Amino acid sequence: MSVALIVNGTDRQSSLDPETPLLWVLRDEFGLTGTKFGCGVAACGACTVHIDGEAVRACQIALGDVWGAVTTIEGLSQGDTLAPLQEAWVRHQVAQCGFCQSGQIMQAAELLAQTPEPSDEEIDAAMAGNLCRCGTYSAIRAAIHDAARALNGGSAG
Amino acid sequence: MSRLGKITRRTLLVGAVAVAGGAAFGVYQIRKPVTNPLRPEDGASLNPYVIIDQQGISIIAPRAEMGQGVHTTLAALVAEELDAEWESVRVLHGPPAAAYFNAALAHGALPVPDYDLGPWQRRVTEGLGAASKLLGLQVTGGSTSTVDGFERMRMAGASAREALKAVAAERLGVDVADLRTEAGRVIAPDGTEIDFRDLAEAAATRPVPQVELRHPYDWKLLGRSLPRSDMRAKVTGQAQFSTDIVLEGMKFATVRICPYLGGGMAGFDAEPALAIAGVEQVLDLGDGVAVIASNTWAAMQGAEAVEIDWTPSPLPPTTEAMFVQIARAFDARPNSTMRDQGKPDEVEAGIEVEYRVPFLAHSTMEPMGATAVLQDGHLTLWVGNQAPREHAKVAAQAAGVAVDNVTLHTVFLGGGFGRRVETDITRQAARIAALVPETPIRLTWSREEDMRHDFYRPAAIARMRGAVDDGRAVLFDAKIAAPSVTRAAIGRMIGREMGGPDKGHVEGAFDQPYAIPNYRVAGHLAELDVPIGFWRAVGNSFNGFFHECFIDELAHAAGRDPLQFRLDHVGAESPVAGGVLEAVRDMSDWGAPVPEGVGRGVAMTWSFGTPTAVVIDLEREQGGIRIARAFMACDPGLVLDPAIVRAQMESGLIYGLSAAVMGEITFTDGRADQGNFPDYDALRMFNAPRIEVGILQDNPHMGGVGEPGTPPAMPALANALFALTGQRVRSLPLLPHADFLI
Ligand code: FES
Ligand code: FES
Repeated sequence: MSVALIVNGTDRQSSLDPETPLLWVLRDEFGLTGTKFGCGVAACGACTVHIDGEAVRACQIALGDVWGAVTTIEGLSQGDTLAPLQEAWVRHQVAQCGFCQSGQIMQAAELLAQTPEPSDEEIDAAMAGNLCRCGTYSAIRAAIHDAARALNGGSAG
Repeated sequence: MSRLGKITRRTLLVGAVAVAGGAAFGVYQIRKPVTNPLRPEDGASLNPYVIIDQQGISIIAPRAEMGQGVHTTLAALVAEELDAEWESVRVLHGPPAAAYFNAALAHGALPVPDYDLGPWQRRVTEGLGAASKLLGLQVTGGSTSTVDGFERMRMAGASAREALKAVAAERLGVDVADLRTEAGRVIAPDGTEIDFRDLAEAAATRPVPQVELRHPYDWKLLGRSLPRSDMRAKVTGQAQFSTDIVLEGMKFATVRICPYLGGGMAGFDAEPALAIAGVEQVLDLGDGVAVIASNTWAAMQGAEAVEIDWTPSPLPPTTEAMFVQIARAFDARPNSTMRDQGKPDEVEAGIEVEYRVPFLAHSTMEPMGATAVLQDGHLTLWVGNQAPREHAKVAAQAAGVAVDNVTLHTVFLGGGFGRRVETDITRQAARIAALVPETPIRLTWSREEDMRHDFYRPAAIARMRGAVDDGRAVLFDAKIAAPSVTRAAIGRMIGREMGGPDKGHVEGAFDQPYAIPNYRVAGHLAELDVPIGFWRAVGNSFNGFFHECFIDELAHAAGRDPLQFRLDHVGAESPVAGGVLEAVRDMSDWGAPVPEGVGRGVAMTWSFGTPTAVVIDLEREQGGIRIARAFMACDPGLVLDPAIVRAQMESGLIYGLSAAVMGEITFTDGRADQGNFPDYDALRMFNAPRIEVGILQDNPHMGGVGEPGTPPAMPALANALFALTGQRVRSLPLLPHADFLI
């Protein structure tokens, strides 16, 4: 018995139990270790990935329930070309330990897809589920604004 | 990391480079050359910090990158002198090796306040640094990395550069003085360029040339905010942490160890676990079990399912009983009285109060984990850690192999904060790998396992007496009781009990730059066997709270403005500390009328060589009290990378504020009541303050930056709460007393 998935545009088969959370399928079976485990109870956001563009906690979605194409941090950039959010993250030197950052970026990507010019309040609300124990919040907020400007054709930086 | 994996065979001895700082100590054993642990298969290692091969230049960072940017700054020290091209330099974690000892760790060992260290005392502590080399302590901690690497790393770059130039001079038949270096090349007067890569092999065999370091005026990299060497990997998901190593045939493991701390396991039934799809083995670890499965989820489900008969914890049954035990330490003679001025017993106290802080978990973003395999009698581990040699030693013991048969790769740390000095995860991984030889194991702890098997920041109690007269403090008399982190953690590391006065226990209280005529700080060590360990700023994290809240009480008792009151007592004692107070005063426009519903508080702590002041503004709004703004100023002396300093200040502040608002570990029957973020949360983006950071460089001595932001954050918050509500809360966390926005 196996479950078919599309991950980062590639067809994949999982042989794990359909009850297994997507997080572990990605990390353990597919070797996509950019998605992180922080809590397992939807409280930290480290495991955030997209399903059909929607940011979800991969620790909470059973393999058998995955309803669409999965995108992970590894699928956000095109080869060596970083996504605009990742570029902004580099410009603002956001990451410290970096462990939360895959999840932060995936969450921010959904925000910008839905709200191209978010206010501070909208950013704070959207990012509330993503913990950063290194306290990089002000850099994250600045990078999201910056990426929004870049995506909207303004000048970044 | 994979490149270090290839480093084998050829052994090179280096001369003066590795001991550039050490030779000055004048002790024979310390002068002996340190073995260069780098033996690259291809390419050449010029000293323990530089490898040049056909791919380019790699710089070895002897300290662990746990977010604090140490890879970037340490590599920049080498690159500055080496004239390497910053963008193309790779930075690697060093292997376990005595060459990478941390000399600056001992800087804090003298029983003298840092701000008051005389030149001779600094020399003595440098001698103690030599002692830490003898112990071979390769530890990342105490905010020491930059101070420790400042000379050594630049020397390494400079001597490598000169060796490369010497080879080029011979080849070209020109005088070495006529050569210059730029962007990884030696350039001759006629414009001929030779790439370092083509000179490295020959340069590596040369005696180490005498070199002089460049004047800071000529620096091109240092002093600037550089792009961090680890940034790209961390925004693309490519950065490898302990459980991100993918090995052929790997199995996935987790553990469930007795949560009743100090208790054990009387027996277990593995059957329910083995019935779960994917679970393959349940191993007896003595005080718990390890479950091995085809994936981590199955392992975690399996661990939950094992039926285990735990034996009880010897600890007091409640947190309150633990505090009673801690308070008992007041009845015994103090372990230290490191500040003892005037005649405190002869001054009548106007205020006598007690403060308390709770146990705290580290709660690093990445739960503990490791990857390990025992193959043909050789153990290989990948683990993010703050003390590679200790980890390698423990791993060897646990797997029953010689330490020479251990290869330990330090990978990125998903947060450290002191937690990853501890070797428990490495011991487990090694043990499990030895139980299933030839099978690579990825061991991941659940968050619950992580939170319930921490080495906690200890709970502490302070009893304070104080008095004011004519607008000034005339008495500050503090007794501080807590179990000793120094004894617990260093004892675990070096395998014997540390005796003598415990400075770490009272730092942040005895060593503050206040001029008070009757000033005493006594440390009382409590006997309580809760596992405790280093935590961001450790002793300073509770003593800073006690000291600076009590100074606030004295200021109010004297009817004075709390910031000006501090300046009056600090200014003459230490202009450097006065400087950071003046800076936050100006940044926050302190003294301007504060609107209704706003409260502001201030605090200043001198820790790890860096005075740091914080002003916090609280705002009452619908739904709770918001930590609206924070103004911080620090003076770490010479600043090598301003953006990293700023990031560390913000990080330390948020870490401290998180603890002060809501951090608390309590115990029932020796088991931590908190297991995951819903019970032990931290500030998030919406309730973290807007932060302004001022960086001063008037301090004549370099200080650390990773920890000094944490201690003043907590008292500044409590003092702001007092300003807002008139309520003086003398215990942490504050959440039970005030409705902070969470
Ligand atoms: S691991 Fe999924 S939210 Fe924390
Ligand atoms: S960067 Fe370390 S947890 Fe966010």
